[in-house]
Amino acid sequence: MKNKNKISDLINKPLNVVNIGLEGFAQELKQQSIAVTHVEWSPPAGGNPKIAALLSKLGT
Amino acid sequence: MELIEKANQEALRRMLSADPILVDVIPASKAIPTLKSHTILHAGPPVAWKNMCGPMQGAIAGIAKFEGWAESLEDAFEQAAAGAYDFHPNHHFDAVGPMTGMTTVSQPVLVVENREFGNRAYCALNEGLGKVMRFGGNDESVLERLAWLRDTFGPAFGKALRSDEGIPLKHLVARGLTMGDEMHQRNVACSGLILRELAPALARTATDNEELAKILLFIGGNDQFFLNVAMAMGKSIMDPVCNIKGSTVVTAMCRNGTDFGIRVSGTGDQWFTAPVEMPEGLYFPGYTEFDANPDMGDSTIVETIGLGGFAMGASPAVAGFVGAGAASDAGNFTRTMSEIVTGENPEWTIPAMDYLGVPTGIDIRMVLETGLAPTINTGIAHKEPGIGQVGAGVVRAPMKCFEKALIAFAESVGVK
Repeated sequence: MKNKNKISDLINKPLNVVNIGLEGFAQELKQQSIAVTHVEWSPPAGGNPKIAALLSKLGT
Repeated sequence: MELIEKANQEALRRMLSADPILVDVIPASKAIPTLKSHTILHAGPPVAWKNMCGPMQGAIAGIAKFEGWAESLEDAFEQAAAGAYDFHPNHHFDAVGPMTGMTTVSQPVLVVENREFGNRAYCALNEGLGKVMRFGGNDESVLERLAWLRDTFGPAFGKALRSDEGIPLKHLVARGLTMGDEMHQRNVACSGLILRELAPALARTATDNEELAKILLFIGGNDQFFLNVAMAMGKSIMDPVCNIKGSTVVTAMCRNGTDFGIRVSGTGDQWFTAPVEMPEGLYFPGYTEFDANPDMGDSTIVETIGLGGFAMGASPAVAGFVGAGAASDAGNFTRTMSEIVTGENPEWTIPAMDYLGVPTGIDIRMVLETGLAPTINTGIAHKEPGIGQVGAGVVRAPMKCFEKALIAFAESVGVK
């Protein structure tokens, strides 16, 4: 019950969204005048599993 | 891996402890004794004549005529196609060259000595803006200017440098950063600073006042004069960083208009190449992106040492010039590049970014991990030979180069 109230509180307040990855989502929110901070992110090695495996072994 | 972290710290140490001094200007044949007649050094990784882009072929025809190896441009094109000239990358001869990057025996080259490590690096003189050989220009006006650089300007510049102890470059670049230069597409401050350093020695050693006036006017009228000095400096800084076992730091980035190539410390002299990309930028009146040649030149050595696109935050004016967005966005380029490097340079700082040191020592692992390719500020050449520069812009290093490099590097340290 306590958590439910917290969620209600959240969505009843003005939103300040953090968007990670696809910038299009952030742009959509901006067009609706919703505060949004975009974080550029993409999967390691652009999603290439061979390179990602090497990176994990080479210590990044 | 501990091996990699230690090796990269050593790479960074060597970069930061470098002490580059501009010591001389001498003919390329004297600076590089292994450079012979009918040998043409070009920008970028190795490339065969048939795969060269228009401005590269145009510059080769021009320089062959300039050297007296061909009677005309047409003759030079035929000879080049018939295999009369040997082509090699500048990087294989301790040298670098902007855009087409022509280096041949009689051209005067800037000599930068890294006194900390005792090595020397070379770069031909900057010809100015507009129709010039580095952008593929090859008409009589281009060749006449090259002859003046060879016969008058180069000898006078060298004599002036030799009359004193040379010009230390590290502090000069530090001042240039505080004055709005990023040392790739903006060299206004450093060109002025080097003129100030050089003028007394030029005046003392000159034998003809009218020629002295022409020399001072040439330097003072060329906002990009310092670019070639910065490039030779970059090469002199990076060569001692080569061949550190276990280091993933990039020691060279360059392009020949066809391929982009990188070298990595731990894998020595091996090139990792991928097709070059097209710069995005702004064009001079009368030209559009349809006229543009793909990315070209050894000048990316300045990004390799943390300048150029990596130091964009120091140079908001350049962000507008290369079409990279608002002046207020300039710092974002530098902050982004900070994510793919081993450290920062405490001596080359950016006042407008709370004295942040320029991002230094590109780590191929971080490039791939983050998906952030190095940002490069660049001039744009016309795709046809003989026309010259048509704009300036920003381009990214192809990610494929870094993927190939990582695979080879992993093998070099026994990781599969």
